[in-house]
Amino acid sequence: MSRAVAAAARPDRALHEALLRYVLRLGDTSLVLGQRLGEWVGHAPTLEEDLGLANLALDLIGQARLLLTYAGEIEGRERDEDALAYLRDAPEFFNLALAEQPNGDFGCTIVRQWLMDSWQLEIYTSLQESTDSRLAAIAAKALKETRYHYRFSSGWLVRLGDGTAESHERVQRAVDELWRFTGELFAADEVDERMVAVGIAPPLSTAEAHWSARVDEDLRAASLKRPAAQPYPWHGKRGVHTEHLGYVLAEMQHLQRTYPGARW
Amino acid sequence: MYTQALDTHGKEPVVAAAGESAAHAARFQSRVDADEKIEPKDWMPDAYRQTLIRQISQHAHSEIVGMLPEGNWITRAPSLRRKAVLIAKVQDEGGHGMYLYSAAETLGVTRDHLFEQLLSGAAKYSSIFNYPTLTWADVGAIGWLVDGAAIMNQIPICRCSYGPYARAMVRICKEESFHQRQGFEIMLTLAQGTAAQRLMAQEALNHWWWPSVMMFGPSDADSKHTAQSMRWKIKRFSNDELRQKFIDVTVPQAHFLGLTIPDAQLRWDEATQHYIGGPIDWSEFNAVLKGNGPCNRERLQARRTAWEAGRWVREAASAHAEKLAARTTQAA
Ligand SMILES: [Fe+2]
Ligand SMILES: [Fe+2]
Repeated sequence: MSRAVAAAARPDRALHEALLRYVLRLGDTSLVLGQRLGEWVGHAPTLEEDLGLANLALDLIGQARLLLTYAGEIEGRERDEDALAYLRDAPEFFNLALAEQPNGDFGCTIVRQWLMDSWQLEIYTSLQESTDSRLAAIAAKALKETRYHYRFSSGWLVRLGDGTAESHERVQRAVDELWRFTGELFAADEVDERMVAVGIAPPLSTAEAHWSARVDEDLRAASLKRPAAQPYPWHGKRGVHTEHLGYVLAEMQHLQRTYPGARW
Repeated sequence: MYTQALDTHGKEPVVAAAGESAAHAARFQSRVDADEKIEPKDWMPDAYRQTLIRQISQHAHSEIVGMLPEGNWITRAPSLRRKAVLIAKVQDEGGHGMYLYSAAETLGVTRDHLFEQLLSGAAKYSSIFNYPTLTWADVGAIGWLVDGAAIMNQIPICRCSYGPYARAMVRICKEESFHQRQGFEIMLTLAQGTAAQRLMAQEALNHWWWPSVMMFGPSDADSKHTAQSMRWKIKRFSNDELRQKFIDVTVPQAHFLGLTIPDAQLRWDEATQHYIGGPIDWSEFNAVLKGNGPCNRERLQARRTAWEAGRWVREAASAHAEKLAARTTQAA
């Protein structure tokens, strides 16, 4: 290998690592959020909402499968979607901390979903133009689903915000509780910067401006107040999670962990 | 999922209530005899209506209570593919509940009213869902056996005399065969897996076999409603006929899996070309039906908790709808 090639290969390896990390972040976020929504099935306030939440869960698990499969290929260590989903521990998960927050009541689930959906709308819309054609294709498919998810969650946000005094109070409390996790959605680190530099991912600052405007509009329609920005000590996308993720994984992974190597 | 022949434990329906003209009744029966569909606006004997309301609502309740034992395993499904398939399956069952409540509503009852009856314990649902899902193999066994039994029961209902019920059942049956296949596939994977997985599969068959056989309801000798329901073409085969079909189809599948049906007396009868099983222990069936199965309390409690916890959401939705309507009127 010539010296010039070796020099060129070094940044490529860093780029490769960054791409892997970036795809894992997206895949883990969909997986953990889908897993949370799966907890609702059979227990929602109406049959229609039961089916709606199941639909969201199904789409998100589907996105996670595409993204984790791709991550496994980038990694090149023969780990498939299940090896990545079932055999990594919490510090090796890179989902946004918002996705792992407990369901709480229906209002809390709706707020979490609405914040995540409006984030995914921005990210997937831009990723359609990604220089990484695989990611662009996954984003195009996921975006169609996300548009529907956002209609569901923003529709309920308005219904609950506008409905009764009780529902208004509950949903405002959920917004206040979850707001501290929104800081992470657009906090760019060296992985994001590397992705932006080669045109794989959008600059988070642009996405944030769109997200913020959309969120404000929805909050207004729901007569809810936007909480003040809060500093955040969680860095889920860097593997530093809230205590909740460990329990999510313990439940999700228990069969694979109990019967190592078995096929299901 | 499906309802067993639950109504066979009730009283024989009164066929012609006072005031219903004999001419109407005769015309109704001749339409049924000619395989015409009875539609919601058509005249029908009150007992026919009541029988259908009871059967369709029990069927609907069974679908949504049936979401619980499998829904249990969504968060624990052992691969992402299995997780996705299970979510889709449980979601289908909820959809079946919706079609069936809608079919019942065409007979003049509301979904909320039927739901209250379920939550109060006044209405029945299929006893099979009062058994627990303790391992992943139980999820496979439900798909294979319980959905398998459901298909046997439901295919004839696609030709039921009542139009809306028959049409709901056509949609449902298409999905049930996918449910049965995914369950069988789970069992097959386990049966070809490790020793621990094969044991898990065998134990699941041990747990679910007899309850599945009992899903078809009491034997014909003890079944009170069958004759009238047959005349009305709500029912087309007797409980024992359907049970026999199920056993004949399922026993070879168990052999294929290398699993043993937990019935020491089960044998192939050359003369009748049927598998003949040992006697069914109806005392267990009756105990579960009376509320003393392993999970009766948990299943109803889960439905009640969800309904109570969701009350504020439903109230918010209707309050918002009223406000919207008022705003629109104001603006107009
Ligand atoms: Fe069903
Ligand atoms: Fe089913």
